[in-house]
Amino acid sequence: MNTDHDDDVWMNDQACVTLEELAALSGLSASALRELVEYGALIPVNPQEVRWTFSGHCVVAVQRAGRLCNDFDLDPSALALTFSLLERIQVLEDRLRGMRAQTPRCFD
Amino acid sequence: MKYKDYYEVLGVSRDASAEDIKKSYRKLAHKYHPDVSKDPGGEEKFKDIAEAYATLKDVEKRAAYDQLGKHQPGENFQPPPEWGAHFGAGQSGFDEADLADLFAGLAGRGRGAQGQRMSMPGEDYEVSARISLSDAFHGTQVDLNLSVPEYDEHGRLHRVARKFAARIPKGATDGQRLRLRGKGGRGFNGGPDGDLYLHIALLPHSLFRPDGHDLYLDLPLAPWEAALGATLEVPTLSGSVHLKVPAGTLAGKRLRLAKRGLPHPHGEPGDLFAIVQIVVPQDLSERERKLYEELAAGSKFDPRSHFKNGGGSA
Repeated sequence: MNTDHDDDVWMNDQACVTLEELAALSGLSASALRELVEYGALIPVNPQEVRWTFSGHCVVAVQRAGRLCNDFDLDPSALALTFSLLERIQVLEDRLRGMRAQTPRCFD
Repeated sequence: MKYKDYYEVLGVSRDASAEDIKKSYRKLAHKYHPDVSKDPGGEEKFKDIAEAYATLKDVEKRAAYDQLGKHQPGENFQPPPEWGAHFGAGQSGFDEADLADLFAGLAGRGRGAQGQRMSMPGEDYEVSARISLSDAFHGTQVDLNLSVPEYDEHGRLHRVARKFAARIPKGATDGQRLRLRGKGGRGFNGGPDGDLYLHIALLPHSLFRPDGHDLYLDLPLAPWEAALGATLEVPTLSGSVHLKVPAGTLAGKRLRLAKRGLPHPHGEPGDLFAIVQIVVPQDLSERERKLYEELAAGSKFDPRSHFKNGGGSA
C-alpha cells in the first residue's frame, strides 16, 4: 500500500493540534488535558482564545504521560507532575544529544 | 489460537484477589515498563504483563478467560463450544486469532449483534524507521512490514500482515515523528481509519553528528595549518566544499559552513560546524624533529602562562 503525502505531518513546533485531537492522540480525556493547562504543565499556543491549539511537539510527551497514567493506574492528580517531569527529561535528553554532537570524538 | 497463562505471567494463583493481581502488576510494571526500566528486554516483557493485566483486571474478561480452561503456555487450543457466542466473540475463526486481540475486542456480555453494528475507529500504528543521514538529507522511501490488529467483518480484532511504503520527506531529524493521517488501521463499520506514526531514528554516520538540523564534523588540523591558516577541502552531505581556516585558529573553534546542515521543512537549512582539533604527527622524521626543536628553542609562546598566576576562583 503506498501512501500519498498531502496529509503527512511532522510532529514538531510547526504542527498544531486541537484539544480534541490531543485527547484522541494521547488517550487522555479533554478534562484531564484542561487540568494540565490549569496546572501550567501544558501550555496552549493561543491561551487567550476559547478554542486552544497545542504545538505538535508536545504530543509525544502527552502520549507518554497518558500511557504512564494508564499503565501504572496513576491517580489523575499525578498526571500534571508526570507530564512536567517528562518534559524536563525531554529537554535534558535533547541537550545531552546536542552536547554529544558538539563534542569531538577523540574526547569521548 | 495459542494459549497464554496470564496468571503465570503475573505470578499469581488462579484464585488471586483483584487486589493481589493489581499489586503484582504494579510491581512488575515498575520492573519492566520501558519508560522506567533499564532492562533491555523490558519492553517485550512489559507487553506480556500489560496484556495479562488488561484481561484479569476486568471482571467479565477474567471470567471469559477462566472459561477457556487451563492449557500449557504456547499450546494451540480451541475455546469450549458456545464460548464465543456466550461472551460476544463470534462463533468461529479462532484458529488465526491472537488471545490478546480477542480479549481487547470483547465488550462484555450481551454485545452480540448490536455490538457488531457499532462503528469503531481504526487503530493507530507506531513504528520505528531507522534511516541514514544521507536518507534524511535527501528524503527517502521506507518499506515497512507490520503485524497489526484490524477488525474483521464481525468487528473482532485479528492480527494481519500489512506492507507499507512510506515516504519520509527530506529534513528528518533524530527522534522526530511523522504522522501519516488515515494510514493506520481501517475503521470498522464507518469508523475513521487510524493514523500511522513513523518514529525516525538516524543511524550513526562516520563523519557527521546531527543536532537537530545542524551537523557537526571534527576537523583535524596540523599545527602549522592552525598557526599559518589554510584552505581545505571539507566534505558535506551535498559534496565537498572549500573552507578557509584563519591563521591562529585554536583547538575547539567552531567554523560555520552556513546552510550545509539538514534541510528544514519550514525554513532555512541547518548549518554544518567544523570543530577544530589540532593533531600532531606520531612519528617524526629526523628533519621534522630538528624543525620542531628549532621552533621550540626560538619561540616565546607559553600555552600555560595562566598556571603561573596560581589559579583561584574563575
